[in-house]
Amino acid sequence: MTSRDVEMVARTQARVQSRTDTWKINHLGSWIMIRVSLLLICLIWSVPTLGLLISSIRPASEISTTGWWTVLLEPSRLTNLTLENYRQVIFESQMGRSFINTVVVTLPQTVLALAVAAFAAYGFEWIPFKGKEWVYVAFIVALLVVPFQVAFIPLVRLFAFFGLSGSFVSIWLAHAAFGMPLNVYILRSFMETLPEEIIQAAQVDGASHLQIFWRIALPLSTPVLASLAIFQFISVWNDLLIAMVLLGGSPNVQVMTITLQLMLGTRGQDWHLLTAGAFVTMVVPLIVFFSLQRYFVRGLTGGAIKG
Amino acid sequence: MNTTTTLILQAVGFVISATTAVIVLFIVLNGLLDRTPKHWEKRLRAYAFIGPAIALVSLFYVYPAFRTLLTSFLDAGGNSFVGLKNYLSFLTDENIHTAILNSVLWTIVAPLLCILFGLIVAVLADRLPARWESLVKSVVFMPMAISFVGAGTIWKFVYDFRPPSRPQIGLLNGIFSSLGNDPQAFLASNPLNIGLLIWVLVWMQTGFATVLISAAVKQIPRELLDAARVDGASELQVFRWIVLPEISSALTVVLTAIAVVALKSFDVVYSMTDGNFRTEVIANRFFKEAFAFRQFGRGAALAIVLMLMTIPFIAINIRRYLARRRTQ
Repeated sequence: MTSRDVEMVARTQARVQSRTDTWKINHLGSWIMIRVSLLLICLIWSVPTLGLLISSIRPASEISTTGWWTVLLEPSRLTNLTLENYRQVIFESQMGRSFINTVVVTLPQTVLALAVAAFAAYGFEWIPFKGKEWVYVAFIVALLVVPFQVAFIPLVRLFAFFGLSGSFVSIWLAHAAFGMPLNVYILRSFMETLPEEIIQAAQVDGASHLQIFWRIALPLSTPVLASLAIFQFISVWNDLLIAMVLLGGSPNVQVMTITLQLMLGTRGQDWHLLTAGAFVTMVVPLIVFFSLQRYFVRGLTGGAIKG
Repeated sequence: MNTTTTLILQAVGFVISATTAVIVLFIVLNGLLDRTPKHWEKRLRAYAFIGPAIALVSLFYVYPAFRTLLTSFLDAGGNSFVGLKNYLSFLTDENIHTAILNSVLWTIVAPLLCILFGLIVAVLADRLPARWESLVKSVVFMPMAISFVGAGTIWKFVYDFRPPSRPQIGLLNGIFSSLGNDPQAFLASNPLNIGLLIWVLVWMQTGFATVLISAAVKQIPRELLDAARVDGASELQVFRWIVLPEISSALTVVLTAIAVVALKSFDVVYSMTDGNFRTEVIANRFFKEAFAFRQFGRGAALAIVLMLMTIPFIAINIRRYLARRRTQ
């Protein structure tokens, strides 16, 4: 090697070294920055709920005189934690009864909505008929984002006409109908991925559409049905508007979202009851979320992914 | 407890009978069809499958929507025809102006903020080890399981205000006053309160944005990113010129989906301020007019206004659907 070569190699090495150094510093910087910003976001997204949970097990006298974070700063207060607020909310207010009402509103319509939607999705995808696309666009695709409000005033009168005012049947039917466009849409876009050869082979063998639906299409659609069932269940569980319009506030049909809403209005400063009450309304959706997260996420995002 | 048992029995009974009814209906229809002439059979069989769904949607969704359109031209009691009077009355109504303006604000701001946070979480968490990534995404997604009223309660507690003489129990005022400021009645101070209400929706919907954006980010071929980095592109350049274009269709989906949620959103405003302190939105005003004031004509007209505002999104959905059909 000549001296020029040596010099060049050294220079190149120096340049590479300095570049790696800046890269390392940048890398360390971004390593820290990524973690700090994500930590900050996670705090903003979880601390408010945590504050609610902690408050719900603090005695009423402490909630109204000190911030919930004092529990974290003065661990001696931990001994005061109590389930008294929950006892009051569940057994001495409407919330316990409303919990049952919410279950009664939520479960039956999930089954009804999905059974009807599955048949329709199969019909739209695998049975050819004239004008199919028009019917599909008008009754399913166009209605995907139409606000429910547009149906409410006549709907209340319609149910009154049938003598169903304020009944569970009215809200079952309404939820099934309002959820129908999305349920059919997602189920159909799944059913169109079923292999055509299987369906045709079954037809050649003389199977009717009902048999193909029951034996092939439905079993293959189980994962989607599960996601949709969870989505329908949670959105009805969390619904306030439709329940207010169709069921109202009378205690024997009142659902939990309405109870919590009424408590916010009438006992807006009784945070020991509000926090416990809010948690009672959330506990089932949160259990579903943490135990069935994969289906849950897929159910909530499925419509958009397929769209 | 007795009524509880009856209720549960009722519900179980309804589930069983409804399911059986649906199945029997389809079997009977199918059996009848086996005996009809071939010419009719095919067409009728399709109707048997889609009929119940179309009937439910028509009776409880489409028909009432058309009745609402008619009602919007009637007086308060829904009896006599008043032409466009309800719509014209909106032009001079201060409350309606605020409601429409705020709803437009919600529809623009909420989706953009959700996308901003969704992008940050999706892109940054992609660099973490898989376990941490899924933990971060779970934390951000969790509020989607909560009801709007529940979220309203959570944040009303955060924004809670006590007079300066008393200890603050709301987190925001706790922080704010410990920094030496006087505590603020946040939900009563306009226009800040509009932002604080929109924030609740952003907090709830960012998880949705994160999941969709994250799925799109993971679709980008690794070699493409590595090649750009080797060529000396900065992280910001990689993001601007490779990541952003690759995920643009996911961004559109998120944008339109959250915009529709924001436009229709009712519960957050209803449970936190009920439209007081100039936070009114159309959906809350509709509920007031129709079910609190019993002004059916004006209520119906507001529902139609809300419906008209969703038309661009309906058009987007139909176009997207037709485009997908054509490519098959």
